[in-house]
Amino acid sequence: MKTVYKKPECIGNKKPNSYCPGCMHSIVVRLVAEVLEELNVVNSSVMFAGVGCDGNGAFGYLDIDTVISPHGRALAVASAYKRCNPENVVFTYQGDGDLIAIGCAETMHAANRGENVTVIFVNNAQYGMTGGQMAPTTLAGMKTTTTPYGRDPKADGAPMHVCEILDTLDNPTFLARGTCTDPKNIIQTKKYIKQAFQNQLEGKGFSLGEIVSACPSNWGLSPLKSIDFINEKMLPEYPLGIVRDR
Amino acid sequence: MEKVFMKGCEAVAEAAMRAGCRYYAGYPITPQNQVPEYISRKMPKLGGVFMQGESEVASINMIYGAAVGGTRSMITSSSCGLSLMSETIGWLISAELPVVIANFQRGGPGIGDIGPTQQDYFQATKAHSNGGGRMLVMSPGSLQEAIDAVFEAFEKANKYRTPVYIQLDGISGGMMESVMMPDAISDEEVAALKQKAKEEWAVGKMEGRERREIVGGADSGLPLQTLNQKLEAKYLEMEKNEVKYENYLMEDAEYVITAYGIGSRFARAAVNILREEGYKVGMIRPINIYPFPFEAYDAIDYSKVKGILSTEMSIPAQFIHDVQIAVKGRAPVYNYSTSGGVILDAVEIANHAREMMK
Amino acid sequence: MGKVVITADMCKSCRYCLTACKKDVIALASKSNRFGYKPVEVVNPDACIGCGMCAIMCPEAAIEVYKD
Repeated sequence: MKTVYKKPECIGNKKPNSYCPGCMHSIVVRLVAEVLEELNVVNSSVMFAGVGCDGNGAFGYLDIDTVISPHGRALAVASAYKRCNPENVVFTYQGDGDLIAIGCAETMHAANRGENVTVIFVNNAQYGMTGGQMAPTTLAGMKTTTTPYGRDPKADGAPMHVCEILDTLDNPTFLARGTCTDPKNIIQTKKYIKQAFQNQLEGKGFSLGEIVSACPSNWGLSPLKSIDFINEKMLPEYPLGIVRDR
Repeated sequence: MEKVFMKGCEAVAEAAMRAGCRYYAGYPITPQNQVPEYISRKMPKLGGVFMQGESEVASINMIYGAAVGGTRSMITSSSCGLSLMSETIGWLISAELPVVIANFQRGGPGIGDIGPTQQDYFQATKAHSNGGGRMLVMSPGSLQEAIDAVFEAFEKANKYRTPVYIQLDGISGGMMESVMMPDAISDEEVAALKQKAKEEWAVGKMEGRERREIVGGADSGLPLQTLNQKLEAKYLEMEKNEVKYENYLMEDAEYVITAYGIGSRFARAAVNILREEGYKVGMIRPINIYPFPFEAYDAIDYSKVKGILSTEMSIPAQFIHDVQIAVKGRAPVYNYSTSGGVILDAVEIANHAREMMK
Repeated sequence: MGKVVITADMCKSCRYCLTACKKDVIALASKSNRFGYKPVEVVNPDACIGCGMCAIMCPEAAIEVYKD
């Protein structure tokens, strides 16, 4: 029989993933693993994970060299590593709090320098690991543990659109937003992730794939209801597609 | 080896590159801007990387990134800049990464001012980050010592797999002295150092080995208590091997002036003034301030020594706390200190010493 | 003709795969796996066309799909 789908060899060997049921981090890490294997760069890749569900869940699950970076600083760490070790494939794996709240400066400046690294950015509209607090990407009106009456854009800020913000800079090469709500979107998201890595191999510079993701545990929704929430609420705020491709 | 007349910041920068530093990141802050300026001119010619970070926070994390790949790396800053780096310094200690950090101290607390001080003693030796981690802290008293400290710092960083801290100051950064600059290590040696790190612990090509994890804290295989016990064993090893101090005219001393770093230069001049007047005064100068040279103070003949004057450029005085711990009440310890860019003065130190000796 | 192989102990019962399967090949089992999740199991193997969509949806990479 022909193999249609088989687990990538570079995940789940040493440690099961520690993500909650229905967490889309698991899908994203799996897609990254598939892409690394397809590009034949598993042995030369180094993941710079952030602090939060991004780092804690992916750490050890993805069986490649891994560096945990101080909260928010993954792109500063990865920039320096890539400059000193251009032969390695370097990517950061970051959540919304890590990438655009505490790590806003590092993200903007690594993008502005056009560092030749790949960024995998998982946007689930809140802080997962710490228990569901408001993130810069939290939707207007969305309840979190620190916006119990719903996020008030006038007081708490409005949702930040990372791809569009980075699109104001000269140097990023590729900015795209996907999601994992159905097979079609997952296949599309994987294409974005693959291109973000392909660009690095071709020396094209800063490439970021944003993945609009579900956090069923902190959203207080079942995994299936979380998919509905993404389709109905998240995607109107965070439209899918390529924002920049140079 | 060549004799050159150089400014402190540039001498430290040159020494670092000669010692094999191939990555530097930093953020502008007075009084150490000549370090990044000098390195930015020269590093590209050596095939190394210079990066100006968007902040001290980003810069120290860039150092973390270069270090995890086994590249010899250095960062310099001043006082408040070091405060901003504090979190990642803890990560560097915890992840056991060999880097060199130099602080050209200015005033504090807060933004203080840009005048030279020794106001960061506690920060350097006791609490540079959360969690109680420690690193070797060198405090050179001259530019020659600073240059030698840079070479030694890279060696010790490698030996102990730890960040090493060089505690300098605004005077050392700005003054010029003639120094013997050691020869540069060869490109082959630089490459071999990186290769060795790659073989032993750095991340990169995974072929033929297990996945490596670098985490500034407990990782899945090592509980935090075990990690901290391992780090403590390293601190104890440093306390055994890295005590470094100078005794100056201590043989017949009846009074002692104790000072470190730039402050010791004025203390030495004060000792010379007092000796000419016939006072039997000596000086103890810690060269490494962590580990602190307790043995130097234990070696004092307390049947002869009647008083100890501790002097430093910090108000409130900080170094004096370690001196008091070291003296253990065996002689009275007096303080004379300045702050806010008011530089210690040999005549003033001598005056305070005469008060002590009354 | 396709074949779905599920590693029951890797399943966290999110049911994403059920939304992807248009042929009702798989369904939730009645017994829990060793982690306490009710895993999906193959209930209608003959209907499988080997499209692989269930595996593409699976966060845990618990599903493997083969095809003649």
